[in-house]
Amino acid sequence: MSLRTPMRRILGAGSAKQGVHHWWVQRLTAVALVPLSVWFAVSLLALPSFDHATVAAWIGQSWTALLLILLVLVATWHSRLGLQVVVEDYVPGPGARTTTLVLVDFAHALLAAAGVFAVLKVALGGAP
Amino acid sequence: MPTRPLSPHLSVYKLKYTMLTSGLNRITGMGLSTGLVLLVYWLMAVAGGAHAQARAERLLALPMMKLVYAGYIVAACYHLVAGIRHLVWDTGRGLERAQSQRSAWLVVVVSLVLMLLVGYGAWLSMARAP
Repeated sequence: MSLRTPMRRILGAGSAKQGVHHWWVQRLTAVALVPLSVWFAVSLLALPSFDHATVAAWIGQSWTALLLILLVLVATWHSRLGLQVVVEDYVPGPGARTTTLVLVDFAHALLAAAGVFAVLKVALGGAP
Repeated sequence: MPTRPLSPHLSVYKLKYTMLTSGLNRITGMGLSTGLVLLVYWLMAVAGGAHAQARAERLLALPMMKLVYAGYIVAACYHLVAGIRHLVWDTGRGLERAQSQRSAWLVVVVSLVLMLLVGYGAWLSMARAP
């Protein structure tokens, strides 16, 4: 049973502030990614070498670990929202579309969890 | 394809560069999503220790991968600059036709400059640690 009145349903006024959520988070993550991606590119290119000791020492610094975790989380979120729109636009048929969206969600959950886990493991000294 | 009549879509429009700059933003975004897989793969390899990282580098240090990294630099620079253009639009500014045509060129020029800068940085980094 819906608690909405017939007038509200006709006016389509039942979803105040929810419809813009996707749009808003896409922008919020975009703004956050501007400094995060610039920081990531500059620090990566400034590394003296990419051998294990150097990279692990870099990730081991508190600020690096913190910013890397933020980068992984914000970028996967932004990517998930972006790919969702692409799937909704181009994958025909509700069955295939829902299946693809579920796969996109699972893949991004895996990426976010793995990325955070990896950074924490190195930062907390678990990758000698 | 459904047999019912469909409303005219992309194919009926003459290609304009403002369409191209918008489409490229989506395409580079999709490309960068695959870069996320590569980033997490690398982080997991580092987390696995020196041996695991060396194993992953058999893939990551392939000569062909330099082309892939160059592609990511191009995609990231373009998506960053074009994305900022979208953020400006979101404030309601620059939406007139002449303004958006001008900003389309600005996006191309600024992202090209950025690509050259980052590419130079990557080249210096490679010279240091091949």
